[in-house]
Amino acid sequence: MNKEPGPDRILGWKEMPTGAVITQAGNATRYQTGDWRSLRPEWSQEKCIQCLLCWVFCPDGAIIVKDGKIAEFDFEHCKGCGICAQECPPKVKAIKMVPEEEVTEVK
Amino acid sequence: MAVQAVTQQKLALTGNEAVAMAMKQINPDVVAAYPITPQTDIVQYFSTFVADGKVKTEFVTVESEHSAMSACVGSCAAGARTMTATSSQGLALMWEMLYIAAGFRLPIVMPVVNRALSAPINIHCDHSDSMGARDSGWIQLYSENAQEAYDNTIQAVRIAEHADVRLPVMVCQDGFVISHSLMNLEVLPDEAVASFVGEFAPRYPLLDAEHPVTYGALALQDSYFEARRQIADAMSRAPAVILEVGKEYGRLSGREYGFFEAHRLEDAEVAVVAIGSAAGSAKAVADSLRGQGIKAGVLKVRVFRPWPWREIGDALGSARVVGVMDRADGLSNLGGPLFGDIRSALYDRTRRPLVVDYIYGLGGRDVSLEDIEGVFRDLLRIKDEGRVTEPVTYLGVRE
Amino acid sequence: MPSLKELSRQPELLTGGHRLCAGCGAPIVVRQALKALDVPLVAANATGCLEVATAIYPYTAWRCSWIHSAFENAAATISGVEAAYRSLKRQGKVPGEFRFVAFGGDGGTFDIGFQSLSGAAERGHRFVYVCYDNEAYMNTGIQRSSATPLGAETTTTPAGEVIPGKRGHRKDLTAIMAAHDIPYVAQVSPSHWNDLVTKMKKAFDAEGPAFINAIAPCPRGWRHDGSLTIEVTRVAVETCYWPLYEVDHGKWRLTYKPRQKKPVEEWLKMQGRFRHLFRPENRHLIDEIQAHVDRKWEELLRRCGEI
Repeated sequence: MNKEPGPDRILGWKEMPTGAVITQAGNATRYQTGDWRSLRPEWSQEKCIQCLLCWVFCPDGAIIVKDGKIAEFDFEHCKGCGICAQECPPKVKAIKMVPEEEVTEVK
Repeated sequence: MAVQAVTQQKLALTGNEAVAMAMKQINPDVVAAYPITPQTDIVQYFSTFVADGKVKTEFVTVESEHSAMSACVGSCAAGARTMTATSSQGLALMWEMLYIAAGFRLPIVMPVVNRALSAPINIHCDHSDSMGARDSGWIQLYSENAQEAYDNTIQAVRIAEHADVRLPVMVCQDGFVISHSLMNLEVLPDEAVASFVGEFAPRYPLLDAEHPVTYGALALQDSYFEARRQIADAMSRAPAVILEVGKEYGRLSGREYGFFEAHRLEDAEVAVVAIGSAAGSAKAVADSLRGQGIKAGVLKVRVFRPWPWREIGDALGSARVVGVMDRADGLSNLGGPLFGDIRSALYDRTRRPLVVDYIYGLGGRDVSLEDIEGVFRDLLRIKDEGRVTEPVTYLGVRE
Repeated sequence: MPSLKELSRQPELLTGGHRLCAGCGAPIVVRQALKALDVPLVAANATGCLEVATAIYPYTAWRCSWIHSAFENAAATISGVEAAYRSLKRQGKVPGEFRFVAFGGDGGTFDIGFQSLSGAAERGHRFVYVCYDNEAYMNTGIQRSSATPLGAETTTTPAGEVIPGKRGHRKDLTAIMAAHDIPYVAQVSPSHWNDLVTKMKKAFDAEGPAFINAIAPCPRGWRHDGSLTIEVTRVAVETCYWPLYEVDHGKWRLTYKPRQKKPVEEWLKMQGRFRHLFRPENRHLIDEIQAHVDRKWEELLRRCGEI
């Protein structure tokens, strides 16, 4: 009854958990919203002062903090809203939004 | 009467008192309910049990029936054995949540004291409230008297919570006619009920910190149909469970329950089908007609959802004419809900009786023994004529 | 107040992969609010954007237990969960502590869900109700609610030839909830994350019901760029359109006072839904909105003992 459904596996009624309950908490991480993005945040680790404001304002939890520091951006889920770049302190400006088609480095 | 395993107390109780007593003995974890005539006594009696510490129940005194069923959904999904009770407009206000309780497969048990739906507003019995909820995914048990209301309430817990079923159950009794009439009935000892219902084993409880779950996700074209198909499957598994529980209850109490009661049906030529208190009168009339050499019988429906169509077809199949008594009008231009289902149960039979409908007793209109005898006489006339000219008759209404 | 560094160590209870629009205010409010908690949680959700976009079968963005049953009953649903907890806890059937939260948009809170919220608050269940207030029914396509401010254009209050947007001011639900005399009521903005998290902690610690009203912009409905979501809420606070305050056991307290109160125009001009107000013939509406903000602000200052 606990077989994990997903894009590759749509369950039939005989195997679905009853009540259409979802038993895999947080499995939406397997759903990618990164392809919604038209602008990509480019983060400069050198400029970053690690204030974490971008992290606390991100609607998608797409800024990954490890040991109190920004480790990376989660481009599988970042929708490119640009809040992080907007809220990065004016004197720091460690994040800038770049059109996806201009992104040279493929991550 | 069959042998009973325990000594029972004989008490004079109203239907509401009997159900409140059953609820006390079931001792649910949570009750969320809103008072409404004629169910009010149940809520009041139960409040007394809570106030006096006679139950372990957390009683949620909600501000409406919609919130009553919403709180029941939250509570049962959290992992608590949960009950409520209602009538009429209260059931109507719960409507949206009935489907959700069934859709989440939550084994909530709800006594329903049947009362007519507005408009005009009326407080007395008919079955329009619960009949309207017949497609909501709830199991429906109907009671002829206070004893059955008591017995059905206890069995409902086991039926609802059975692993093959996991569906909510309504236990219906006629407003005032049963709910407010005293009857001498037999009541099981508290411990016998406690051990009969056993411990609730929740499935996917919200209150499991190790296994967080999501209830109520949006299921679109790719999954909604499967979820609903699963409910249909549960409903089709319910009949076997209902019989099994009815037999076990019979071993405990001496009162065994099946899908329906077949009263003198084996060789009946004319048969009346009824639900609730009117079935008692119908049986008395059939007995008296038998004394006059008329082959009359009665089928009293106990289980309306799931619909035991095959067994009902077998029980009525040899009659020549069947008169269905509907205490709710479908306003469909073809009679009441029971009529449609009885006809449907008989349709595939090679030799099928003629079937007609009698809409009766709306808004508590009294139905007398004479009225029911009139129905049997009507069925005899149809038998002689060999055809139905008027499929639906309104019984005892002024023109 | 913990630092962001400390908060970043808290588990992320709402994951990425939800399908709210880019720049939506609601998930920011939820993420910040749930950082205030370090015990297991059950969340209830009213039907609405947040609900519909975070749990699309077979996916869920919730790492805590979560239940959505209908639109108007998040408070009633969570009150049932909380009652179950109290019952089972008393019987020794639930190990450990739990907290309870309900999320609803302004539709599910101010309007269709108001009765069940009021009932649950009066009954004294221990739960926190968080309204993510985007000032209209955004999930169905930007229809007015009783939280929609005067003059705002929505699809049911279009700026027409005769009627210039929504008539009448929004309902002051925060004050109405304070009038329930529950342990804790507060108004918050995600721009002031520290204020929000502090208030959520107080709300979760309250011994009974708590109500939090959070401004949560909808870039689509408010018609501003998604990158400006936080900036818009900041300006709402600075103009005193959205004051930050709390009512802690009946005591009103302002938790943030702008150094200089900005004209409400600053807030209005950021959003396309107010664009028509800047036409000369509608100028009086801006004045009316300013007068309303001024009166409510004065009232609040008085209640908080600031004047």
